[in-house]
Amino acid sequence: MQVLGIFYYWVFAVLLMIGFYAVVAKINLVKKLIGLSIFQSAVFLLYLTMGKVTGGTAPIYQDDAVGQLFSNPLPQVLILTAIVVGISTTALGLGIVVRIKEEYGSIEEQDIQETDRR
Amino acid sequence: MTVLFGIFLLTLLVITAVAIVRTQNLFVAVMLLGIFSLLIALNFFILDAADVALTEAAVGAGISTVLFLGALALTSERERFVTKHRALSVAVVVCATLVVLYATFDKPAFGDPNAPVHQHVAPWYLEYEPEYIDIPNVVTAVLGSFRGYDTLGEVFVVFTAGIGVLFLLSARPGRKTSRRQSENDESAIGLRENLIPRVVARLLVPFILLFGLYVQFHGEYGPGGGFQAGALIAAAFILYALVEGEARTLEVLPRNALIALTAAGALLYGGVGLTGILLGSEFLDYSVLAADPVSGQQMGIILIEAGVGMTVTGVLLLIFHAFAARDQV
Repeated sequence: MQVLGIFYYWVFAVLLMIGFYAVVAKINLVKKLIGLSIFQSAVFLLYLTMGKVTGGTAPIYQDDAVGQLFSNPLPQVLILTAIVVGISTTALGLGIVVRIKEEYGSIEEQDIQETDRR
Repeated sequence: MTVLFGIFLLTLLVITAVAIVRTQNLFVAVMLLGIFSLLIALNFFILDAADVALTEAAVGAGISTVLFLGALALTSERERFVTKHRALSVAVVVCATLVVLYATFDKPAFGDPNAPVHQHVAPWYLEYEPEYIDIPNVVTAVLGSFRGYDTLGEVFVVFTAGIGVLFLLSARPGRKTSRRQSENDESAIGLRENLIPRVVARLLVPFILLFGLYVQFHGEYGPGGGFQAGALIAAAFILYALVEGEARTLEVLPRNALIALTAAGALLYGGVGLTGILLGSEFLDYSVLAADPVSGQQMGIILIEAGVGMTVTGVLLLIFHAFAARDQV
């Protein structure tokens, strides 16, 4: 179990940084937003990894079961709402990208900067 | 077994993420992002977060893919440049990775019941939830009642984002005529010419809707609730729009109805909160809604979950239609 635990934390770190790389290094705005989604998913993964209890189960009471061990419900609540908020903000970002494309004719950062300089 | 499966899924996740960043074709990147979402949903499921897995599968793999594709149709499918200041970015990212990896050694052991995160309010929620609210799904109870303020705030964030997209994309595109005016155009027809998607989608849509409603109203007893149900119902309508064309979907559920639905959902949530004040208690305290505090709580949760579901469905569909109705530049 401990191997898996370390592995979860490392995958979190690697995913976070893959997303970060896309945001920093990529020039295409849609690609940046995709990177941001990966970054966001990595954070979700971290929260739920922290909430897991060994031998636990999803926090739903069952009638016939006694002494159930539950994983932490609080991170799950936070992440559940964060996913839906995340898609709304991504959509807002995509809306801005579409408007930028219409005004500047490009969604590449370099082209946009050149147009602004002119 | 779980360990092996977990390691397998996590490895796939990293491979997919690398492929997403490396590919220059944005269409491929978006498709891979859908796969990424499904994989991470499976991981959430292994981590006992059934509600979250359901949300991620519906939102991440379904709606987010459609929205990205809609945006790609309006922009371009290929990246023109690879990277800028590549060496510098790699250096920054490698340094940051090392810092984060170093920090992971300080984290509590995976699954440790004595970790600090399990010592704060969570045990209280688990212990007193049967006494105060008495519904089987603790996640829904925490979401709807104990942390009702948070959820209210999040519903308003979703609402605001929806308004923002409408403001951004309903500005007149200017020189070109609207796409929906021409009859023979692809978007008006959808996939109606293709027999197999059409037959399959027609069979699926009612069941997705039914499942959405089930998830909405069964959220107190099993995994589910307004957020998941909203995403599922929106996905059903989006599937219908992709197959039958956007115009037909707007006949079923016109844009004004969607706006009304969105506002009504947020108002319902806020209204339930205010009713608490009017009945002599505090904002978002549902125990006064019925004679018995526990059934009052349950009633409050059902009402606010309905509000959440309405707002989420409305906003996601409005955003989808805003992208779909936009001119290609």
